[in-house]
Amino acid sequence: MTEKRRDLVLSGLEPLIITPESVFVNIGERTNVTGSRKFLRLIKEEKYDEALDIARQQVEGGAQIIDINMDEGMLDGVQAMTKFLNLIASEPDISRVPIMIDSSKWDIIEAGLKVVQGKSVVNSISLKEGEEAFIHHAKLIKRYGAAAIIMAFDEVGQADNYDRRIEICQRSYDILVNQVGFPPQDIIFDLNIFPVATGMEEHRLNAIDFFRGTKWVRENLPHAHISGGVSNVSFSFRGNDHVREAMHSVFLYHAIKNGMTMGIVNPEMLTIYDDIEKDLLEHVEDVILDRRDDATERLLDFAENVKGEVKSDEKAVQEWRLGTVQERITHSLVKGVDAFIEEDVEEARLAATKPIEVIEINLMTGMNVVGDLFGSGKMFLPQVVKSARVMKKAVAYLLPFIEASKQAGDKSGNGKILMATVKGDVHDIGKNIVSVVLACNNYEIVDLGVMVPPEKIIAAAIEHNVDIIGLSGLITPSLDEMVYLAKELDKQGIKIPIMIGGATTSRAHTAVKIAPQYRETVIHVNDASRAVTVAGNLLDHNRKIYAADIRAEYDSFRETFLNRSRDKNFLTIEDARKNKLQLDWSEYTPVKPKVIGPQIVDVELDVLVPYIDWTPFFQTWELYGKYPAILTDEVVGEQATSVFADAQAMLKIILEEKKLKAKGIYGIFPCNQVDDDDIELRDENGKVLEKFLTLRVQSQKTKGAPNIALADFILPKESGIDDYMGAFCVTTGFGVDEWAAEYEKNLDDYNSIMVKALADRFAEAFAEYLHERVRKDFWGYDREESLTNEELIKENYKGIRPAPGYPACPDHLEKPTIWKLLDVEKQIGVKLTESMAMWPASSVSGYYFGNPKSKYFGLGKIKEDQVADYAKRRNVPLEYAQKWLNPNIAD
Amino acid sequence: MSTIQEAIKERILILDGAMGTMLQRYNFSEEDFRGERFKDFPHPLKGNNDLLSLTQPQAIRAVHAAYYEAGADIVETNTFSGTTIGMADYFMEDLVYELNYESAKIAREVADEFTAKNPAKPRFVAGSIGPTNRTASMSPDVNDPGYRAVTFDDLRIAYKQQVEALLDGGCDLLLVETIFDTLNAKAALFAIEEVKDERNIDVPIMVSGTITDASGRTLSGQTVEAFLISVSHIPLLSVGFNCALGADLLKPYLKTLAQHTQFNVSAHPNAGLPNAFGQYDETPEQTQVFIKEYLDDNLINIIGGCCGTTPDHIRLMAEVAKDYKPRVAPVFA
Repeated sequence: MTEKRRDLVLSGLEPLIITPESVFVNIGERTNVTGSRKFLRLIKEEKYDEALDIARQQVEGGAQIIDINMDEGMLDGVQAMTKFLNLIASEPDISRVPIMIDSSKWDIIEAGLKVVQGKSVVNSISLKEGEEAFIHHAKLIKRYGAAAIIMAFDEVGQADNYDRRIEICQRSYDILVNQVGFPPQDIIFDLNIFPVATGMEEHRLNAIDFFRGTKWVRENLPHAHISGGVSNVSFSFRGNDHVREAMHSVFLYHAIKNGMTMGIVNPEMLTIYDDIEKDLLEHVEDVILDRRDDATERLLDFAENVKGEVKSDEKAVQEWRLGTVQERITHSLVKGVDAFIEEDVEEARLAATKPIEVIEINLMTGMNVVGDLFGSGKMFLPQVVKSARVMKKAVAYLLPFIEASKQAGDKSGNGKILMATVKGDVHDIGKNIVSVVLACNNYEIVDLGVMVPPEKIIAAAIEHNVDIIGLSGLITPSLDEMVYLAKELDKQGIKIPIMIGGATTSRAHTAVKIAPQYRETVIHVNDASRAVTVAGNLLDHNRKIYAADIRAEYDSFRETFLNRSRDKNFLTIEDARKNKLQLDWSEYTPVKPKVIGPQIVDVELDVLVPYIDWTPFFQTWELYGKYPAILTDEVVGEQATSVFADAQAMLKIILEEKKLKAKGIYGIFPCNQVDDDDIELRDENGKVLEKFLTLRVQSQKTKGAPNIALADFILPKESGIDDYMGAFCVTTGFGVDEWAAEYEKNLDDYNSIMVKALADRFAEAFAEYLHERVRKDFWGYDREESLTNEELIKENYKGIRPAPGYPACPDHLEKPTIWKLLDVEKQIGVKLTESMAMWPASSVSGYYFGNPKSKYFGLGKIKEDQVADYAKRRNVPLEYAQKWLNPNIAD
Repeated sequence: MSTIQEAIKERILILDGAMGTMLQRYNFSEEDFRGERFKDFPHPLKGNNDLLSLTQPQAIRAVHAAYYEAGADIVETNTFSGTTIGMADYFMEDLVYELNYESAKIAREVADEFTAKNPAKPRFVAGSIGPTNRTASMSPDVNDPGYRAVTFDDLRIAYKQQVEALLDGGCDLLLVETIFDTLNAKAALFAIEEVKDERNIDVPIMVSGTITDASGRTLSGQTVEAFLISVSHIPLLSVGFNCALGADLLKPYLKTLAQHTQFNVSAHPNAGLPNAFGQYDETPEQTQVFIKEYLDDNLINIIGGCCGTTPDHIRLMAEVAKDYKPRVAPVFA
C-alpha cells in the first residue's frame, strides 16, 4: 500500500514546503545567544537594530529558516524572545522565512509560539523529563500550530550511539503519532551531532552512527525528518576554520545522502564539497567515516599546514553602495534598510543648498518609488511601514540642520496639527508621511496614532489647542468615521479646519458627505506634498477667503455630483415637461428691440477697462483674495500689488499701442418657445431662421420645484405674441498668441502669461459691457438700470446671458447655431474648432434672455430618453448626440 | 437530520450575505440602537450592530429569514464584533456572553423554523467570529515596531468567552472570518480547541482569511499559501477567503488555495469593490457570473457573500450552484 505523501510545510510570510525532492534546508544559526557572542552582546545592550541586521544577513545569505535562541542566564528569556520575534515580524525581508523557536525552557518556547503568525518549528522537546511533560508540550505545540524538533534524549540521557538513537526515536514517534495525534510530517528528529577527532576512542563512530540513525529513521518512521547542529562535529578544530569548513561540508554531504533534510549551519562556515582540496578531503573523510585508526592524528598533523588564509570578515561591499547618492537613498527607503541612511543623507545634505531640500528632493523621490510599488501591489504593507521608519530616521537626522538653517524669528512654528487615523483603522503610512513632511515644514505635530476614537480626537484637539485636525483612513468604514467626527465637532461648536487623507478618501466623498456636516473648512488632500500648501493656506492671513473658496468649490462639486448621482430619481422627459417652469405670462410684456438681427459692435479698449473683474486675474497667479482688498492683504498684498503694477504697465501698452482689438457681434430676434423645449428664432418678417434646442432638468426635484429648461423663459408660440431673445460673440484675442510667443522666445514666461491673462479679462469685460448696452440701450428692456461695476459682477441685473458649454446649457452644439444666426466667423473672425472651442481663446459667446424671471441653473444629469429625443430634434444620429452630451448623461 | 459534514459532501452549501448592509436599510437611530434597556447608557451606541440582537431582535431575525428564504444553508450569527476587545469601544465588555448567546439563539430559532418547513434542506447556524480591531503581529506605533496593542493571550481569552456563548446559544459550527492577521486567527483556533477539549465535543470550524489588495497577501503580509499553512494545524470544515475583494478579484487567490488544501474551500466575497462612498455596486447578476466561473473551475464547496451582498445576490448564487457538484480536493502524489 502506498502511503499518501505528506510534506513538511512551514511558513513565515511565505511558504516553505519540504518535499522528498527538496534540497537540504539551511537553518540560520547566528541569532543564537549561546552560539554567537556578538548576538548576545547586542541583545544584552538592547541594540536590536544591529541584532536584526544579523537576522537579515542570514536570510540574505540563504537561510530558509532562522533559529532564535535567548537561553542565557543574564537574560529574561521570555521577554527577550517575545521582543525579538515581535521586531522580526515588522521586518518582512526577515519574517518571510519561518522561525525556529529555540530554547531548552518551555516558557520561552511558549512565549515564542504566541508571537509568530506563521507555522514555526519548536527546537526542541524530548522525553528527558518524562512522558507526561512530553505529551503536554506536544499537544500545545500542535494547538499553536508548529512543527517540532524532537531531541534523541530520554529520562536516562542523551542518545550517543546508534541503538539508543533508534530506541528513543521509535518511542517518541509512537507517543506523538498515536497518543497526541501529532502529524508525523511535523516531527523532526535531532539525532545529536557529536564531535569527531577528539582523540577519544568512543567518539570515533559519532558521525557514522548519526548517518546510520538518520537512514533508519527515514526508513522506519514514515514522514519524519532529520535535523541537527552541524558545527558540533568539528568542535575539536576550533581556530582552524579552513579545516572546520571542510569537515562541515563532508559531514553534510554524507548526512544528506542518508536522509538528513535540514540542519543548523553557518553558511559562511561551509565550503562546496567539490572545492575541497583533494588531500584535505581525504584526511577529513578518513575522520568522518572512521576509515583509519590513525585518521585523527593524520588530520591534526595535516591541519597544522592548512591554517588557512585569514578570511576577510568584511563582506564584500554590497553592490548597491556603489550607486549615486539618490540611488542609495532610494534603495534604503525601498528596502527599508536604515544602516546607511544617515551617512547617505549627510552626503546629500552637503551637496544641497538647504538641508530641507534633502527631504523635498532626495527623500521624496525615494518615497515616490515606494508609493508606486505599493500602489501596483509590488510592495506590501509591512515593507512600506519600514520605509516610513527609514524616512523618519533620515528626517530626524536632518532636523537639527534644518533648525539651524532657519532664520531668527522663524522659530515660532507655523502651527500645530493633530494627526490621527480614525477609529477602526490601523493604517497610518500616509498619515505618517504627511506628518513627516509637515513637521519638516515647521509644523508641530500631535500624532494620536491609529484607531483613534472620535472622543479622543476631540479631547486632544482641545487640549493641545491645535490649528488643524488631520484625519486619515485606508479602509472604507473609515469614511463613515470621518463623517461622524465632523458631525461631532460641529455639534460641540469646535472651529478647527479638517484635512482628510488616505486611500479610500476622495474629493467626492469629502465634498458630498463630510463637508456638509461641519461649519468649518473640510478639505481633501491627496498627497503629502500638497498637504504643506493646504496647511499653509488654512492658517495664513487669507484663510477666510481660502476657506470660502474651498467651501464654494465643494458646494458646486456636491451640486454637480448629487445631480449625477445614480441613486437619484429621474423623471421621464415627458413627465419632466409636464413639470416645467410655469411663468405667469399675463404679467409679462415682451420688449421689442430697436433693431432686429445681427449688429457689429466696435468699442475702444479703454472703454472696457472699468468693466474688468480683477479677482479672477489674481487667481491665475494663485493669489487668493478679492480685488481690491487683496492689494492691501497682509500676506499676499505685496505680491498682489506687484503683479497688479505689472498688469497696469502692460495695460498701458495695450491701450497706447492698441495691441488688442475688441470685436463683437450680437443680435436680438423675435422668438417663441415651441414643442416645450425649443426656441424658434425668426427675422423681422416672421421667417424662421434657426432653432435653439434647450435641455431640461430631469432629476426629480423637491416637491413643487419645476424641471426647468431655458426655453421656459420664452413665451410659448400658442400665445400668438412675439417674444425676443439674443445671442452674441465678443473677442479681444486677435494677436495675443503672437505677442505672447515673443515673450516666450525671450524665456519671459511671466509676461507671456500676463498677456494672456489680460486678454481674457478684456474679453470678459467686453461681454459685461455689451450685455449692459443691450439691456439699457440696444434691446432696452431695462433702460432704468443703474448698477455699479461691483453689482454688475454680482449679476444683479435683470435677465441672463448663459453660455453654451456651461451648467445651464452644457450642449456645445448650440454654438454652431449661434455662429450661423450671427454669421460670426465671417463678421468678426472668431472660429469654432472641431471640439467647439472658440479661437482666439480670449472670446466669449452666449445667449441673452431678457425675462426678469429668468435665472441661472444647473442642468445636472439627464437620461437616455431625453438624449434620444434631442437627437431627433437636432436630426443627428443618437451616438453623435450621446458623444456630445456624455458628461451629462446619467449612468 | 443530516449534519453539515454530510450535507457538504452532497452539494455546494450556500452561506448568507452581508448582515451590515441589510441592517443599514433600517437606518436605525441612536435611540433604536439603545432600545428601552440601554436608553440611559452613558456612551453612544449607534454603530454597535452586535447590540441590535438585544435591542432590535426582530430586525436580525428578519435578515436571517431573508437569507434562508433566498436559499442559504448557513447563516452567520450577528456577532462579528462580539468579543470583549471589540465591545470595549462601546464599554459593553460585560455584555459579551449575552450578546453572543442571544444572537446564536435568534439564528437557531429561524434555522429550525426553516428546517421544519423543509426537512430535506436542513439549515445551519455558524457562529461568526471576527478579527477584532487589533492586530497581534503588527505594531500600531510606527516608532515602536516591537509594541503590540493586543497579545495572543488577550485574544485567546476573549475568543474563548465568545465561543462558549455561541455554542451555548446553539450554533452548529464556528466561522473564524475576515482574518487579516493570522496570529489573531490562531488565537481563536486555540480557544476553540480549548473549549472542544474541555467539553469533549467536536465542532466544525470554517476559517476565512482576507486578502487585502493586489499584493495577494493578508494585511499581516502572508501569501495565500503561507496563510493556508498557518491555519491548517486544526481539522477544519473549510478554509477560504472573504471580504476586501469582489468575486472577480478574489478568484486567483481562491484558485491557489483550492489547489493546495485538502479541506473544503469557501468564499464569501464582497459585492465588488466599494465606490467612493463605500457603497457596493455589483449587481446580483454580475456576481452570479463570477460565481459561475468558480463553479466551472471546481473551486468551491461553500459560497456566500460579504460586504454589500444581499438576499438577491445569495438567491442567484444558490440558483447557479445547485446544478454543480461540490469541489473535489486535489490528490497529492
